[in-house]
Amino acid sequence: MNIDGISNGIVLDHITAGRGMEIYKYLELDKLSCSVAIIMNVTSTKMGRKDIIKIDAPIELNFDAIGYVDPDITVNMIRDGKLCEKRSIRLPERIVNVIRCKNPRCITSVEPELDHVFVLADAQTGVYRCAYCDAVSKHHH
Amino acid sequence: MRHLIDITDLSVQEIDELIATAEDIIENKPKYAHVCAGKKLATLFFEPSTRTRLSFEAAMYELGGHVLGFASADSSSASKGESVTDTIRTVGCYADIIAMRHPKEGAPMAASLRSTVPIINAGDGGHNHPTQTLTDLLTIHRERGSLDNFTIGFCGDLKFGRTVHSLVSALSRNKGINFIFISPAELRIPEYIKSGVLEKNGIPYREVESMEEVMPELDILYMTRVQRERFFNEADYIRLKDTYILDPSKLRDAKPDMRILHPLPRVNEIAHSVDDDPRACYFKQVENGKHVRMALIMKLLEVKA
Repeated sequence: MNIDGISNGIVLDHITAGRGMEIYKYLELDKLSCSVAIIMNVTSTKMGRKDIIKIDAPIELNFDAIGYVDPDITVNMIRDGKLCEKRSIRLPERIVNVIRCKNPRCITSVEPELDHVFVLADAQTGVYRCAYCDAVSKHHH
Repeated sequence: MRHLIDITDLSVQEIDELIATAEDIIENKPKYAHVCAGKKLATLFFEPSTRTRLSFEAAMYELGGHVLGFASADSSSASKGESVTDTIRTVGCYADIIAMRHPKEGAPMAASLRSTVPIINAGDGGHNHPTQTLTDLLTIHRERGSLDNFTIGFCGDLKFGRTVHSLVSALSRNKGINFIFISPAELRIPEYIKSGVLEKNGIPYREVESMEEVMPELDILYMTRVQRERFFNEADYIRLKDTYILDPSKLRDAKPDMRILHPLPRVNEIAHSVDDDPRACYFKQVENGKHVRMALIMKLLEVKA
């Protein structure tokens, strides 16, 4: 399968196989006007299988969202056809408006203008807690 | 500017200082009679309360300050749909400090993000109640002379009991505390307290269902009420409300110097016949609450005697 290279844009590499669509949704890539390629189930020497997303524009990315959904992703910034920056992602310490608190008793359930803020409580288990009510949201891994 | 949203917003040293100030207030009341002259405390109670609101108001009056506010959401603009943050920004124009209670968890935290004056969390749903914790700590300190090295049993609704959550978090920073949680399976202490506070810091704890089984070990017995307002399902409340009732017969095997605490109000979880037992401390707690709130108001307003 042949997907054209991009000259100015972003390549999200090493996405856990099967999660490409989820990342696409979290990053709201469907709202972009540029081309986006989701390449799924690619052979990888490092991971066995992986997904890749290519975005054909140098957009601002929500790294917190990427880190929360799949912290093993590598972000490659492409400028003039060359790799200009390679960034590894980690679980972010704090995520804002990436996930919503599901606790019906939380103040965020009734005050829509509040940011939904989660703080990393345990990096090993990927547990996040709502900054307001302490409700747990567990990272997928 | 400082707020008190969660008891861990205060360091152990700051809590020790507040306890020392409160004990000095008890001994030397006239010294503090005018320290907040010209200052105003707003008590914003979006959920009803007797003790906490009156305790804050009495505290401010005894410091020579003034009080304004409301005692239920019905008598505020919240009933018109105003957000907490808008209410707080408005009240900040009238008052120097705000004590707020709200049924939603995290409401005081949300308020503190936009407030121009110090916010004191006077209870947010089943989440936290840090000034009750200061009350409990002052009571334990006055009864035992120290906040280290004892076994404390928490009994009743440990799931929604915000006073329990705050007190466990506070005591987890002291030395030699042994925690025993006595509750039915449905009302166990939340996982975030067990893993996030106790296990994370290597602090031992046990969960049991029988009060009698652990009574001889306890230095402090912290009783709680099963709170009707925390249940979405009335049938669950009815089934669980009478799980533990402390009466003189259950105290037979308790240590002679054990102390019984309860944040009040009680319904029937402590028989009235226990009130005259010298180990019962819950009405002393009420009085201690006013004094420690005086100390807290002074600290957050940065005034000294």
